[in-house]
Amino acid sequence: MRFLRTVGALAAATMMLTACGSGGGSEGGGGDITLDVNLFGNFGYEQLYKEYEAAHPGIKIQEHTAAYNDHHRDLATHLATGSGAGDIEGVDTGFIAQMREAGKQFVDLGTERQAEYLPWKWQASLTKEGQQIGYGTDVGGLAICYRRDLFEKAGLPADRDAVSASWAAGWDKYLEVGAKYTAKAPAGTAFFDGGGALYNAVIGQAPQGFYAPDNTVVVASNPEVRKAWDLVVRAIQGNMSAKLVESSPEWNNGFAKGQFATIACPAWMMAKIKDQAKSFAGKWDVASVPGGGGNWGGSYLTVPKQGKHVEEAKKLAAWLTAPEQQARNFTSQGLLPSIPALYDKPEIANYKDPFFNNAPVGKLFTTAAKELEPQYQGPRTGDIQTTIRDGLIRVEQGKQGSEQSWTQTVSDIERLTK
Amino acid sequence: MRAALSRLDAKGSPYLYIVPFFLLFGVFGLWPLLYTGYVSFNDWDLLDAGEHTWVGLANYRELLGDAYFWNALGNTLSIWVLSTVPQLLAALWIAHLLNHRLRARTSLRMGVLLPNITSIVAVTIVFTQMFGRDFGMINWLLGIVGAGPVDWQANTWSSHLAISLIVAWRWTGYNALIYLASMQAIPHDLYEAADLDGANQRQQFWRITVPQLRPTIMFTAVISTIGGLQIMAEPLLFAGTSTPTGGSDRQFQTAALFMYEQGFREFRFGYASAIAWTLCLVIAVFAVANFLLTRRIANDEK
Repeated sequence: MRFLRTVGALAAATMMLTACGSGGGSEGGGGDITLDVNLFGNFGYEQLYKEYEAAHPGIKIQEHTAAYNDHHRDLATHLATGSGAGDIEGVDTGFIAQMREAGKQFVDLGTERQAEYLPWKWQASLTKEGQQIGYGTDVGGLAICYRRDLFEKAGLPADRDAVSASWAAGWDKYLEVGAKYTAKAPAGTAFFDGGGALYNAVIGQAPQGFYAPDNTVVVASNPEVRKAWDLVVRAIQGNMSAKLVESSPEWNNGFAKGQFATIACPAWMMAKIKDQAKSFAGKWDVASVPGGGGNWGGSYLTVPKQGKHVEEAKKLAAWLTAPEQQARNFTSQGLLPSIPALYDKPEIANYKDPFFNNAPVGKLFTTAAKELEPQYQGPRTGDIQTTIRDGLIRVEQGKQGSEQSWTQTVSDIERLTK
Repeated sequence: MRAALSRLDAKGSPYLYIVPFFLLFGVFGLWPLLYTGYVSFNDWDLLDAGEHTWVGLANYRELLGDAYFWNALGNTLSIWVLSTVPQLLAALWIAHLLNHRLRARTSLRMGVLLPNITSIVAVTIVFTQMFGRDFGMINWLLGIVGAGPVDWQANTWSSHLAISLIVAWRWTGYNALIYLASMQAIPHDLYEAADLDGANQRQQFWRITVPQLRPTIMFTAVISTIGGLQIMAEPLLFAGTSTPTGGSDRQFQTAALFMYEQGFREFRFGYASAIAWTLCLVIAVFAVANFLLTRRIANDEK
């Protein structure tokens, strides 16, 4: 009898627990469904959601934004544990290969839109089995954003064509300009923001980066990886770095305080600059990147299989990444489309941005994107970038010399990719 | 029948009343603990949909030879000592002050708990800004007295100091309240007798208050040990980049943060579980040692 009572109480307690557990859920009344869109940074979709909701009664869109690293770590965890992912998940280029390896977890988006996309953008989210896990949103492209007023104060030519020409021959020339700037730099400013960000831009131009196409890590053997390292170290030793870590609060602050004169500038970086450096409107300008084209970043929208409304999510992801929406996101947010047919449209090719002193950003970025030699990205690209960044920070902080830090970086990457 | 039922009620009901705790503890405490133990004997990739193979003690063997683990453990101990010792001494002093004739005593007593109920993220972000390299308040103050700016994140000593301060800020008031509660239970005639014998405030504090607080001091020492060795959020947020390596050279990566890195960046679920269990053992050893030590010290004072 006592046993029975105990069992009865246990059952009651369990029922209470489960009752509490099933209270949540995002179903609204009257057949409404809510699509959860999990992103990082700023995709600029607010206005588009409103239009989509207006055109599709019964659908609500809820966006959740997290920091870059946190977002991708959360997504990986949710995929691993089989629950918790949103209906649509944004994935950056640095992590798309890692998600591609877990391709079974994503809905196959088919091949209908293949012809629209830049071929390398399409390939990067395609699994070995030929399954497409993500619609491309933007590509980075690459330029250099710079502060005209600071260049003038340092006695350098500030006109954008002259600036572009001064380092057109490559990154060595960029460092030469940097040395001139540093010699007469206005107090409290440095030539560029930080070693890690510069490194990403430089390595992004190499034909091969951290991975060979068969997914073997070539960090230690690819001379380009070391060459880019040495170049950035030279810039750090030349006192050109503001020693700010990309995406840190100090880095954000660095825009507002005007701590650096140039920054490697993918298209999405322009939105960042506009957000952080409002008081310098018109003083920023955009020059072409040393050595021609390049790419840094760019994203995808994926639909995890564990989402509650897979079909609706697929439709929304396709709509958000459709040519019309990508074109609008370029002029409103500066996000460069991954659909090359748009590059020659006048509203994009002729677009000039008043914030950047009316720089012809449409022409600059579409040219860079067309000239781009795509680089193969392997599963841990994002984490390798972070590890190299930390190695360069050790040099910036004076904790280690270049050689010592390089050795540690290589062994850390070996451990990471074991 | 009625009598039998009421006898059953008297005997059985107490068990029923405590069942909810054991049920919750079993589900959220014991089960994860044991499961983590099982996982720690496996090579378990979190990304590979939970694929795993039994590897016995291999994770523990690797851990003992892992320089990054020992580095993290050293950082943890350093931050723990730097935060706990001043924190408990300060708490004792604050409790002593609050126990005496003060204006607005109740609001002050409630006020010391404020840092503890403030979100850990908010506290850490504010402190991290104060410790900023270029525009931080602390470097500004140092500049006024002529000391050079310190890159707080870059050096081992400076980062440990900063993180310890954040931890101490949050927990000093909490410990002070616990001390205060037990100070108020000390019979007042002890102090009156001491007054008659001509003992001054200082002597009264060390000869009466501290020995009487012995069980409480032991309690706070053990609790602070358990909490201090698990510090994770502060160093994670202090880095400012949300990378779990604790600085460019892991100079302020704690053991709990190392566990997080291995589990949720490297996705080595088995290895992270081995770290969890090892950390649990380390904490148990330190908590027992601390218990014995504080008991001795308090005894000597008598």
